[in-house]
Amino acid sequence: MAISLNINGSRRSVEAGDDVPLLWVLRDVLGMTGTKFGCGIAQCGACTVHIDGSPVRSCLLPVGAIGDKAVTTIEGISETPEGARVQKAWLDLEVVQCGYCQSGQIMSAAALLAVTPDPDDDDIDAAMSGNICRCGTYVRIRAAIKQAASDGRA
Amino acid sequence: MKRSMRRAAIAAVVVVAGLAAGGLWYLRGPGPMAFASGQKVALADYDGADPTGVPASLADASLVERGAYLARAADCMVCHTAPGGRDYAGGLAFRLPFGTLRSTNITPDVDTGIGAYSDAQFLDAVQRGVRRDGARLYPAMPYTSYRYMSDADALAIKAYLFSLPPVQATAPPNTLAFPFDQRWGMMFWSALFSPDTGFEPDSARTPEWNRGAYIAEALAHCGDCHTPRNVAFALDNRRKYGGARTAGWQAYNITSDRQTGLGGWSDGDIASYLATGYAEGRGTASGPMGEAVDHSLSKLAQEDIAALVTYLRSVPAIRSTDLPASLAPPAPASHRDGVDHANALGRKVFEGACVSCHGWTGESSLSPFATLVGTRAVNDPSGTNVAQVVISGTVRHTPPGVISMPAFGDAYSNDEIAAVANYVTQRFGGAAAGLTEQDVAALRNETAD
Amino acid sequence: MRTDVKGISRRGLLTAGMAGGVLLAFRLPLGAQTAERAPDESPDQFAPNAFIRIDGEGRTTLVMPQVEMGQGVYTSIAMILAEELDADFRRVAVEHAPPDERLYANPLLGVQATGNSNSIRAFWTPLRKAGATARAMLVQAAAERWQVDPAGCTTFEGVVTHAASGRTATYAELAGAARDQPAPADAPLKDPRDFTLIGTSAKRLDTPDKVDGRVVYGIDVRLDGMKVATLAQCPVFGGRVAAVDDSAAMQVPGVRQVVVLDDLVAVVGDHMWAAKQGLEALDVTWDEGPHADLSSADIWTDLRAASETDGVVARSTGDIATGLGTGELVEAAYEMPFLAHAAMEPLNCTVRLTPDSCEIWIGTQVASRVQASVAETLGIPDGKVTVINHYIGGGFGRRLEPDMAVAAVRIAQKVAAPLKVIWTREEDTRHDVYRPVYRDKIAATLSGGSIAAWKYRVAGAAVLARWLPPAFQNGIDIDAVDSAVDMPYDIPNVHVEYVRAEPPAVPTGFWRGVGPNNNVFAIECFIDELARKAGTDPVAFRRRMLEKSPRMLGVLDLAAGKAGWGDALPPRVGRGIALQPTFDTSIATVVEAEVDGDGEIQLRRVTAAVDTGIAVNPDTIVAQIEGGLIFGLTAALFGEITIERGRVQQSNFNDYRMLRINETPRIDVHLVRSGEFPGGIGECGVIGGPPALRNAIYAATGVALRRLPIDRSLIAGGTRS
Ligand code: FES
Ligand code: FES
Repeated sequence: MAISLNINGSRRSVEAGDDVPLLWVLRDVLGMTGTKFGCGIAQCGACTVHIDGSPVRSCLLPVGAIGDKAVTTIEGISETPEGARVQKAWLDLEVVQCGYCQSGQIMSAAALLAVTPDPDDDDIDAAMSGNICRCGTYVRIRAAIKQAASDGRA
Repeated sequence: MKRSMRRAAIAAVVVVAGLAAGGLWYLRGPGPMAFASGQKVALADYDGADPTGVPASLADASLVERGAYLARAADCMVCHTAPGGRDYAGGLAFRLPFGTLRSTNITPDVDTGIGAYSDAQFLDAVQRGVRRDGARLYPAMPYTSYRYMSDADALAIKAYLFSLPPVQATAPPNTLAFPFDQRWGMMFWSALFSPDTGFEPDSARTPEWNRGAYIAEALAHCGDCHTPRNVAFALDNRRKYGGARTAGWQAYNITSDRQTGLGGWSDGDIASYLATGYAEGRGTASGPMGEAVDHSLSKLAQEDIAALVTYLRSVPAIRSTDLPASLAPPAPASHRDGVDHANALGRKVFEGACVSCHGWTGESSLSPFATLVGTRAVNDPSGTNVAQVVISGTVRHTPPGVISMPAFGDAYSNDEIAAVANYVTQRFGGAAAGLTEQDVAALRNETAD
Repeated sequence: MRTDVKGISRRGLLTAGMAGGVLLAFRLPLGAQTAERAPDESPDQFAPNAFIRIDGEGRTTLVMPQVEMGQGVYTSIAMILAEELDADFRRVAVEHAPPDERLYANPLLGVQATGNSNSIRAFWTPLRKAGATARAMLVQAAAERWQVDPAGCTTFEGVVTHAASGRTATYAELAGAARDQPAPADAPLKDPRDFTLIGTSAKRLDTPDKVDGRVVYGIDVRLDGMKVATLAQCPVFGGRVAAVDDSAAMQVPGVRQVVVLDDLVAVVGDHMWAAKQGLEALDVTWDEGPHADLSSADIWTDLRAASETDGVVARSTGDIATGLGTGELVEAAYEMPFLAHAAMEPLNCTVRLTPDSCEIWIGTQVASRVQASVAETLGIPDGKVTVINHYIGGGFGRRLEPDMAVAAVRIAQKVAAPLKVIWTREEDTRHDVYRPVYRDKIAATLSGGSIAAWKYRVAGAAVLARWLPPAFQNGIDIDAVDSAVDMPYDIPNVHVEYVRAEPPAVPTGFWRGVGPNNNVFAIECFIDELARKAGTDPVAFRRRMLEKSPRMLGVLDLAAGKAGWGDALPPRVGRGIALQPTFDTSIATVVEAEVDGDGEIQLRRVTAAVDTGIAVNPDTIVAQIEGGLIFGLTAALFGEITIERGRVQQSNFNDYRMLRINETPRIDVHLVRSGEFPGGIGECGVIGGPPALRNAIYAATGVALRRLPIDRSLIAGGTRS
């Protein structure tokens, strides 16, 4: 059955059951593979997208539950000011290693800056601890979030 | 010896005996349906619809099919199946203060199961706790409840069990400390706490109520978990359904008390919770109740669920003094607000492993099943069930599919689990549980295996 | 599995071990790689060797013989080529090499593999030669065109300039002409002092596509008509499928097919969710086979017994018998658990089959092995198997195995469509190729406050014997004794033994940091215990034994200084240090940690000093050490795979735990400037964290932990001594 979604500002209609998690609709139905599968149980954050601006683990979000809410994925995050700043900071500080977790890291970081423009370490822990990075880029993630925040103030 | 002294001695004995009898009479307490003041009549003399047997839809089903329905309603499987073991082959452990009991193999295997049981022997075991060899069963087998089951229903269950493939399986031996390892002792216990009388409908109540009573008392044996036990390990129906701790979990108050029982729940809430293990804004069944839903209650016909609701609604209110009078509202959206910051470890665990599903507010962005706001477990200052779910996780088989929470017990320390349970109860229930590392270690023991 | 390895000598092998890098002995002739032209050279394209292509539009494409899995090797390899080629680094493009042992084999491994932290060590010279040769040919072409002396021409950022005549030409313009130039036998290499690119923290070439979701990993491949499958192998190692009831699974919307092989089942669907739901609905009865009762307890009983028996001597210096007779004898044994790799990208492989050929889309550390194994499985020539390699979402050694490709191909053989097979996280965890359990026994004598004799015996699986049989000689796994035979400390009497002890059924393999993870842990923990016995500060105690190792001494002093070694600390807070000679890189690591009353550990700060010789890209090296430290500390704090009833008990991140950002300490990495030959880096960071943390806990609590992961219950409560 057809479900209509608002993804990165455009309407997409997909053939999928209500219960199929958004992650697999994005990756396997729409071919938007920037959003990653890491655990499937909301423990790693690799699948993070924004629903109406707040970070959600798409691996457990039934596509039927989204309705008209706006879905933003890594492919569209550069359109938001926070997203663009985060991506720039990520490159400036060379945060990325294998990169597999980074879509999710960037989505979580952009969502954090949207509500907390000037986060301290506590805010960063609260927003980013659900995102695992097996390559261990945490030190640079923290630094890059702070740089993106200060770029925002500049 | 002087006469006077002898007289005194006899008097003393009489007095002591009298006191003892009185004490025992008190211990024995009222029956499970005593709260309903209407006159109880023998099943045969009841003129309403027969409260026993199967729902109308199965009236014409075969004996085995009817037995299957009743076996599920009586939830035989949960206790008679070990984790990862074959259905009904027994071996599940019951951790009691005085040792460990193992459930038995009730497949029709002749050597290790119940294949050799005659009808009469089966009835003796199920309704009276007397094994084929005459030995006494421990009341972990709820024969005091099953005593209310009609012979016809019990034998239908037997027919169903005998239709299953026999499984060769002998449970590990019980490890009970003296004197509890003396099965004959249970003879007196039964004599006292299992009056040998069957189900008696209440003539003052509707047939639906009586059907509900039959399911609750004779089959589903709700009281075995939800009614507190007295010093003799017998159900204390003076506090019927008032809530009790069973197998390391809190079985909550299901009386009609508005604040701490089901009084505030709509009929729909209760029906949905029984049938699916979930009611919106009420939470998700886990642990033993989750199993009861999956294997038993979710299999009941709609009219039987409705009858259960009617019956539960009639159980007199008892206030649980250990539970808050009201449920906490959603927590603040920011991690900064809503808790004192003393419990840093609890927050650390929560923000890493829990918040992705449950959110800072306690309202899940992923599934209503994962919403904590309004659930009894987080509004229980003991934190018991929160800690248990964190340790062992939960799996709900729901109409939309399997809903689960992973088990964190293997990778998180007792200290971390205590801390996160304390954090969660404070953030979403308003009162932090005071669990310690040792408490969590104890919880693990109670549920081990 | 075929592996053609040339010229192995026992001496060579030991040298290899000594050199802190496995297999240094397997040198391949570099001729093919540096001289031979790439097969697909087109008319206007200048492709003087397997690594460099310059076309008429000025595109410079560098072919990457090593895979990019986060370690930054695409950037550093490109930097080395571009340095000698004098290409414009901002405009080079990189490309994965196809499987081709002749052109792209790793000179130190003898096979086309990326591992052992040796990409730079292996390719430093061949790549510099390749770049310099190409540059020389471009210069010759220009000189010929201008009729000038090549010696008068200079090159910079892709342009040849003849200063005297003021003429210039771009590499693009010269590409066609350069093709016809003879390749000079030995084009001169730059003097390192003249490097303009090497030694700078040039921006990584792979990262822009990794911040906006554009990068394509193996798991992202999509083919027309492709189906998606997920699989379940028997949960018990070595078990088989007994019976399958697929009626429920076939009812799941989107499920197309159920594939049943003798050792695994797979569900094929329109998308992964359908396949996953179908697999959950599949009713499989397993024949659990001979290992149904295997448990970790049994494995440890066996290993402990084996480690008490004499092993094969891997090094013997001085007179151990007399040495152990002098002074106070101290003994200890250290134990390391099974570990899973848990790369963030779950195992996956995409397959398209035709009757006589096969295409494979995958991210692998061993492209040619994947090709060979798949060809073997299908019974077709290697040449009929095309392997398209991808960026890798974490390798850590797991992708040094071809098993996932073989499984995917076997499933695909039953399916009439291109097929992507994805492992669930649970399946990835339960059917890994695990870092082996190890037990290390050490006996040493102290006399006059220093170590008189050192007897070290490591017992564990010989991964190398399976992975590269020709390298396993005389009963010694040179990886298992790596960093033990070449311990940095100057001790008069040293004896190192290896006992091969293979755990039943549990598959073992390389895990980031390999042998040195185990040996450095045991050695550095024991050194601290000896220092305490000798009543000497751990840093001072090590210094005394390092006179002959100036680079080790240098990093020791640097790390200690930067970490504020010796400064006062609050109660139950400790500093620990560890030293490692791994992969031709010297590293000292200081961990500062706090242990609370319940035994919970808080990492406060980590300081590392690194001397890796010439640092091709310093920022990448720092990043690798930072990430490696977290990888290693994660294992020390949480990592253990356990076996019960023949099954792996862990499944996903809820029970196989990863360090998170809120548990991550401040990390400072200090690089030593050096002109020495570049050493290995990718795995080094992993190794030093665990012993340094353990020694910090030792200092904070007085408890000498001898087993990983750290058991909180042993360090709870007050300070013990
Ligand atoms: S894949 Fe969704 S959180 Fe890991
Ligand atoms: S960059 Fe590799 S997992 Fe985060």
